[in-house]
Amino acid sequence: MSEQSTLTGEEIALQVRGLDFFYGDFKGLNGVSLDIAKNKVTAFIGPSGCGKSTLLRTFNRMYDLYPGHRAEGQILFHGKNLLEKKQDVNMIRAKIGMVFQKPTPFPMTIYENIAFGVRLYEKMPASEMDDRVEWALRKAALWDEVKDKLQQSGLSLSGGQQQRLCIARAVSVKPEVLLLDEPTSALDPISTAKIEELVNELKYEYTIVIVTHNMQQAARISDFTAFMYLGELVEFGKTDELFVKPRKAQTEDYITGRFG
Amino acid sequence: MSEVSTHGLPQSNQTTRGKLFKLQDLAFHQITMVFAMIVLAALAGIIVSLGHQAAPAFKEFGWGFIWGDVWSIPDEKFGARIAIYGTLITSLIALLFAVPISFGIALFLTETCPTWLRRPLGTAIELLAGVPSIVFGIWGLFIFAPLFSNHVQPIIQDTLGKLPLVGGFFAGPPIGIGILTASIVLALMVIPFIASVMRDVFETVPPVLKESAYGVGCTTWEVVWNIVLPYTRVGVIGGVMLGLGRALGETMAVTFVIGNSSRLPASLFSPGTSIASTLANEFGEAEPGLHISSLFALGFLLFVITFFVLAVSRWLIHRGTKKQGK
Repeated sequence: MSEQSTLTGEEIALQVRGLDFFYGDFKGLNGVSLDIAKNKVTAFIGPSGCGKSTLLRTFNRMYDLYPGHRAEGQILFHGKNLLEKKQDVNMIRAKIGMVFQKPTPFPMTIYENIAFGVRLYEKMPASEMDDRVEWALRKAALWDEVKDKLQQSGLSLSGGQQQRLCIARAVSVKPEVLLLDEPTSALDPISTAKIEELVNELKYEYTIVIVTHNMQQAARISDFTAFMYLGELVEFGKTDELFVKPRKAQTEDYITGRFG
Repeated sequence: MSEVSTHGLPQSNQTTRGKLFKLQDLAFHQITMVFAMIVLAALAGIIVSLGHQAAPAFKEFGWGFIWGDVWSIPDEKFGARIAIYGTLITSLIALLFAVPISFGIALFLTETCPTWLRRPLGTAIELLAGVPSIVFGIWGLFIFAPLFSNHVQPIIQDTLGKLPLVGGFFAGPPIGIGILTASIVLALMVIPFIASVMRDVFETVPPVLKESAYGVGCTTWEVVWNIVLPYTRVGVIGGVMLGLGRALGETMAVTFVIGNSSRLPASLFSPGTSIASTLANEFGEAEPGLHISSLFALGFLLFVITFFVLAVSRWLIHRGTKKQGK
């Protein structure tokens, strides 16, 4: 890759090096290398099918669930390659949380939606669990709206609230990295604004990687942006620079709306 | 109407066509309703005729017919308790075996099975559902029962049979046929039904819901137990009840292996009888009168039990959906 995708002067959370991804015989990612800066928001943009979600889903090995999907290359996290078979996927996923496009509350109460994930890793007395649930819900700016109905089903919340519940759930196990896969594409503008605000808050404690179809959103909330096209990383850099003065013609065409 | 004439269709033609359509619709509605009514009529007919034929037995024995544990043709004394007990206990033990196994099968098929094995295995299970019950009966009597009495029953008696509280369940001569054998054959027969319903409902769980559970670091088992099962609870209960309904009414296979003894079985190894197998055994030679009437009364009770199971499952499902969506 001739693309300059390494960062200088930033602490690095994840280092991607020469990453190829295969759906059976189809190559979904082609030699992607980039750095994800710690405690910053990195956005992946690009037209549908460009591989941005695929790239995101390699970070927590979500592709493992599907036979025939495989990744080659390196993703370094604390000096270890996440893609190696011997890595404990469950621990990876505890450290690298994920929020999906559609809100996916579990079929249980609001309280249990949070406590369930926490219990997988930590044993704690009930009072401490109550505190943890409140803490997570506050982090996701949801506490005030649900504190009186913690025992109701997570499915009873509105779409925007459900998505914040999912963020609270991801945050509750104290991960280092949060992966957001188009987290607002199913939400109304007000809920979207709330989530964006939340991302701005959360980045002080977490490294955030967000896939988005919405270029304004990427421009608003991210510090770094990667533009992808047909499985390749076309351009990567500071969001301000990439949007104001893209170096590649393809990037410029995309962000000015000429294609995509 | 002016629009109609611009299309060049004469007005009268248009209205007759309209009438024709209306008539067709009406006829279609009526005909389909008649078909649906046949079901109700058949059901009502069965209940009425069963009740009518059973009336003499109920009149003679009263509630004692249900509790009575004597079924004696020469004395013309009839009580249904042994048959009811046999029906319920074989079905429940069958479910005890069948539900966990079906759950395992459905889990394997939907979560961990390699893709190439998925279809052949799924088809095999559906084929098992298609095996006629008489084949299960013959297999149970001639192949399974001897193996069971020679190799399995002695081992059970030497181990579980020696335990203080449960030992009594496994007492008596290991003759191969009996309550437990019938239960196991029944379990084999209902497994394909329960397993395929479970597989179908497990497949309805949105992949993204499972992904998000894996995303917080769940193992496959944790995802299944905490996400898939609660999400599909209604369907799973439905599948189990379908299996129970089949087990309660199963006649041929049970008749072959249950032993057909009209004495209250002392242990799970003792021969017993079920409602359906009593009917199958005795209807042919029954004299008109109290015997026939008692057999009809047995049939009526089976009907009531099955209806009750159905009602309970409906209630469970209803309660389940209300709880989830509150």
